[in-house]
Amino acid sequence: MLRSFLTRTRGRGRLDLTDWLTFGYLALAVVLMFGPVAWMALSSFKTESALQEYPPSLLPLAPIHVEVEGYDEPLQLFRVTGGEHEGKLLAQVRRIGLMSQMVDPQNPGERLQVNINDRVPEREFALAVENYSALFERFNFALYFWNSVFITVIATVITILFNSMAAFALSKYRFRGRTFVFILIIATLMIPPTINLVPIYLVVSELGMVNSPWGVIWPAVATPTGVFLLRQYMLTIPDDLLDAARMDHASEWRVYWRIVLPLSAPALAVLVIFSVMWRWNDFLWPLIVLTRSEQFTLQLALNSFQGDLQTSWSNLLAMTVLTLLPITIVFAFLQKYITTGIAQSGVK
Amino acid sequence: MAVLQLDGLIKDYGDVRAIHGVDLTIDNGEFCVFVGPSGCGKSTLLRMIAGLEEISGGELRIDGERVNEQRASERGLAMVFQTYALYPHMTVRQNLAFGLENIRTPKPEIARRVEAAATMLQIGPYLERRPKQLSGGQRQRVAIGRAVVREPRVFLFDEPLSNLDAELRVTMRGEIAGLHRRLGNTMIYVTHDQVEAMTMADKIVVLRDGRIEQAGTPLELYNQPANSFVAGFIGSPRMNFVDVTVREIRADGVMVSDAAGNDYRAAVNADGLKPGDAAELGIRPDHLIVGDAAGHAVTVQSVEQLGGESYLYCETGAGTPLTVHLAGQTGIRRGETTHVVFRPDYTHLFRKSDGLGMKRLVVGEAV
Amino acid sequence: MLAPVTTAASYLYRAAFELFERPMLAIQKMTGAQKIAWVFLLPNLLIFGLFTFLPIFLNFFYATSGSDRILLSERPYVGLENFSSLLACENYLDPNSCQRDIFWRAVHNTSWFVVLQVGFMILFSLVTALILNRNIPLRGFFRSVFFYPVLLSPVVVALIWKWVLQRYGVLNAGLEAQGLPIVNWLVEADWAFFWIVFVSIWAHMGFYTLILLAGLQAIPADVYEAAEMDGASKWRVFSKITMPLLMPTMVVVLVLSLIRAVQAFDEIFVLTGGGPGSATLLLLQFIYETGFAFRPQLYGLAAAASLLMAAVLMVLTLLQLRAARGRGED
Repeated sequence: MLRSFLTRTRGRGRLDLTDWLTFGYLALAVVLMFGPVAWMALSSFKTESALQEYPPSLLPLAPIHVEVEGYDEPLQLFRVTGGEHEGKLLAQVRRIGLMSQMVDPQNPGERLQVNINDRVPEREFALAVENYSALFERFNFALYFWNSVFITVIATVITILFNSMAAFALSKYRFRGRTFVFILIIATLMIPPTINLVPIYLVVSELGMVNSPWGVIWPAVATPTGVFLLRQYMLTIPDDLLDAARMDHASEWRVYWRIVLPLSAPALAVLVIFSVMWRWNDFLWPLIVLTRSEQFTLQLALNSFQGDLQTSWSNLLAMTVLTLLPITIVFAFLQKYITTGIAQSGVK
Repeated sequence: MAVLQLDGLIKDYGDVRAIHGVDLTIDNGEFCVFVGPSGCGKSTLLRMIAGLEEISGGELRIDGERVNEQRASERGLAMVFQTYALYPHMTVRQNLAFGLENIRTPKPEIARRVEAAATMLQIGPYLERRPKQLSGGQRQRVAIGRAVVREPRVFLFDEPLSNLDAELRVTMRGEIAGLHRRLGNTMIYVTHDQVEAMTMADKIVVLRDGRIEQAGTPLELYNQPANSFVAGFIGSPRMNFVDVTVREIRADGVMVSDAAGNDYRAAVNADGLKPGDAAELGIRPDHLIVGDAAGHAVTVQSVEQLGGESYLYCETGAGTPLTVHLAGQTGIRRGETTHVVFRPDYTHLFRKSDGLGMKRLVVGEAV
Repeated sequence: MLAPVTTAASYLYRAAFELFERPMLAIQKMTGAQKIAWVFLLPNLLIFGLFTFLPIFLNFFYATSGSDRILLSERPYVGLENFSSLLACENYLDPNSCQRDIFWRAVHNTSWFVVLQVGFMILFSLVTALILNRNIPLRGFFRSVFFYPVLLSPVVVALIWKWVLQRYGVLNAGLEAQGLPIVNWLVEADWAFFWIVFVSIWAHMGFYTLILLAGLQAIPADVYEAAEMDGASKWRVFSKITMPLLMPTMVVVLVLSLIRAVQAFDEIFVLTGGGPGSATLLLLQFIYETGFAFRPQLYGLAAAASLLMAAVLMVLTLLQLRAARGRGED
């Protein structure tokens, strides 16, 4: 059983046990991988009181209120589960101690007394959109979102520009020291920023970039991965094309910008996706450099809210959903390119 | 219109010298072909003229003006690459226009020139296509068109036909020759195929190991090769060579004999050769007469019958291979022994020590 | 709808070209067409120099100096004191016997984390890759299912699971509905450690699955057909053909995941904050807290710990290069 489970192709003809096991595994995977995300997304539409509920309901539900003749405010609807009026749907006028004064919406003239333990609130599906609107009104979400977008976009543009320039030089020119420079750049793969936190912080603070988005952007834009990826791709562009452009009166800059860059588009796209992902998701380095809350990126804001007892889960969940939304949308549209790009280059 | 002068051109790659002081003048309107085996430096020389390789020494002049320091684009040349080097992300029209846009040519002028080139090269219907959607021949035409629209002083071709199949190659050969007649520009053409060189060139330059072996018209090279290398390289099938020793210098030529004791006469000037010197006798397959009992005995190793012509691959008594070309069909079979006569007026003689070719007394076919 | 966007983009692209064209042409006039390569390299090398090469040297100065000042000129030289303080231990297997017991707890946790996370993650990735390599319908969709969490930010990942695992979360509700005992997952030390391993596998296994799947698909189909002709059993096909041919990819995956696991920080820091106590405190969090979060900021100690971590990473990277070279020779 395990044996055929591990081999490459499905048996011909009807479904056998291994096929069922395969589908079982995959179904479980879908639940395990998407379940928590979906659960959080659903929860983010619940009101704070619904979030406090235990055991939780699956869908976001809200109490129903009805207009009753003779009352200015809408009244909350309950189903009576015991006592004299069992089975009826009644609206609550007010609660006095353990008893609740209720009316039948069909017959508003008569007041009924019901024990509060004999009634449950009637609820309907409702999205607590106020969780989201509160983010903009009370939590400065737009500012954090802008900070994140700014860092992501600027850093990606600079990364693409600098890395492709370096890759162009390393793949299309012969000069003394080329191999040395290439090895030097590749060697930095061995030195992840995590082992240089303290000295990088010194450099950043000496440049006056603590608590500035540039303190996050500059240290991140020269990626050895990007240079390597683009260089390998540019090596496949025939040198004759560049020479033809030079014969066509193109300066070296024009050769780079008008010939090499457009032809490297597939590799550039992969690097754009990586860079967006890296910068949008960055956590540790922004945590060190950005200490003032008005400079926070979304990730930092999320982190600081989750540690803050003042913050309610309803807002935190809504904010989490908004943070993962851009990446999710991009992934939904580009997943094929992303997965093949990553599988080919073997970097993340 | 332009005259090119190469004056002691040198190219060094680090410690390795690739081009050893080339001197050459290419006249206005001349079709000049650089030919030689691979690695002879012909492409390097072309790229130095183009401005794609730095010139390490010597001087390159176009119309008398030194251009060593000028960038490729400033020299007023256009080049057709072996791989065509069409920009894959641009349409044919954009490919043709790119160079003109780079020098900020006015838009109507670009359009006019592109149309003219497209008409001339019959690529009008493909102007909006990408290079990937074209056949090999069409790409070739676009590559030429890209050079034509620039209206350059000199056209450079770097083995432009080597990626085409045999039939198309013959067609394009004709078209390039036609282009040259029509435009009258100076053209430099690099190839390793001596047939292309013979059929197209006004002047052939044979290169070996970064040196010019000989430069001249196709027939000069064919009839009076400067040395055994040129003699072996120009002409198809290849010239036969027999190792000989000089016996006697006479007024009607030089008497020589091979290792098996056969005697030959070559109608050439001795030019410093003395009896006893080692030499190489050269004769083209067309100039051997078969079946004359007065000739030297040879064994026929194999026979190729092409219908209109025939080739015999023979071996002399001394074990030297000989190729014989016959017009029409032949009854000679493999394994037979026959006799061949070396026609003295068509016999070349080369000094063994450096391959120098002796001046022939009678030159050309019209004897 | 996209037309204005592409027009604007191509306009911007051209404008950027024009912006640099003249200065670059002037530079090219000075440098020539070959040496201009250095101009293209310059920005990248400048950044590397400032934020990678220079810091490597500075790290040694920090590691050998004391005090909480960031400026090197204000820091007294203390020799190897930071290292000896980190390494002072009576018994390396018992963090309590060490002078810096927190550091050694982090080392212990990190070691366990690396072994468990890498081991199980590769196992699950391999099984998943083998399954995705079968002729299943919707393969692209299922591949994306596993890959999706890879793209999520660590903070988001941590919050998603925190919401699921909290005392009154959906997991406990589910257990209770089945009549099972409930657990305060992130408050009990062993469970908290289990969950950081689990969440970290959940978040990253899609990436390794993808690489292993690419490795599997690179195995030519005719090899399998030949084995079928030879009458090999399915188990023999797996053990004698699939696994050996997948080995180079496995080695790459192993080393890559080891390097990442040693530096694990983000999602764990947000999920548990290293707690309860220091039950899930990992090495990088120790460095972060020692150097930045806690006062006084012991930059020297943090730098020394960084260098020790760098030594481990260096060994792993050399292993990777070795493995890559081994692959090249095949």
